[in-house]
Amino acid sequence: MHQASPLTSTVLFHVGPVTITRPVVTTWAIMLVLAVTSWLVTRRLQKRPDGRQALLEMLVTGTLAQIQDVIRKDPRPFLPLLGTLFIFLVAANLSGVLPGVEGPTGKLETPAALALIVFFSVHYFGVRAKGIRGYLASFAKPKLIMLPLNVLSELTRTFSLMLRLFGNIMSGEFIIALIIALAGLFVPIPLMALEILVGLVQAYIFTVLAAVFIGAAAGNAEEKKEVSWTRSSLR
Amino acid sequence: MDPKLVAMIGAAIAVSIGSIGPALAEGRAVAAAMDAIARQPEAAGTISRTLFVGLAMIETMAIYCLVIALLLLFANPYTG
Repeated sequence: MHQASPLTSTVLFHVGPVTITRPVVTTWAIMLVLAVTSWLVTRRLQKRPDGRQALLEMLVTGTLAQIQDVIRKDPRPFLPLLGTLFIFLVAANLSGVLPGVEGPTGKLETPAALALIVFFSVHYFGVRAKGIRGYLASFAKPKLIMLPLNVLSELTRTFSLMLRLFGNIMSGEFIIALIIALAGLFVPIPLMALEILVGLVQAYIFTVLAAVFIGAAAGNAEEKKEVSWTRSSLR
Repeated sequence: MDPKLVAMIGAAIAVSIGSIGPALAEGRAVAAAMDAIARQPEAAGTISRTLFVGLAMIETMAIYCLVIALLLLFANPYTG
């Protein structure tokens, strides 16, 4: 039973004191594929786009519009982080569908790393938008008594961001493995289709939540009412 | 009683009872969003985005129960 534990991952090899597990190697492969694909599709950009460039522009402008809707500011500073997050999450969530590949987001470490990235970038964008004093003062925003709750919600929402992604992807893989063990060949196919949908939706949700958190930290002064709503009610 | 048996029962109870609340809550949220979209179809984009984020929030509670169950089954310090 301990071999099948979803909380541990297979160790492939060691580099000095560092153990390299299977999800890490899968992540490297995804990074390589994404980097090479991005280099290929942005190599020869023209004024008059062909099909490949039109698709790329649709993706970029669509992401920009979504970020603009959530953050209500100029979305361009946030595009590199959030767009990369979304594309990587889609690739990582869907990589579990390939035979012989385990999705890296189905293990605890990858969602933890991504949630930490979001955690630190929230503070980075918050400090950049409001200055250090202004950003720290925003924690005591409605009243000073809210300060511990706001600090606590920073931590718990990062934790739940991690657990949500991990739980959804891992439970899908776990259920498919159980069904294969019980019923065999073709029965798990509908569940795998569902798992593709769940992977896309979870990538979207992770990115939108990251955008909401960043928008709450770096929000406009005139959006104060809405910003304080999001900060206190999203955990 | 055997601690492994207790851990299994605990995991089953955690998931089964813990998923009741989120299921009811998600049903209510989707119903309210349907109602809002039927009244105001032009706001469907904003409503469905908010719905997705809200559903993710609600779902987190069920995921917490799942993680508790996994901890009981696979990382339990009492069953060795």
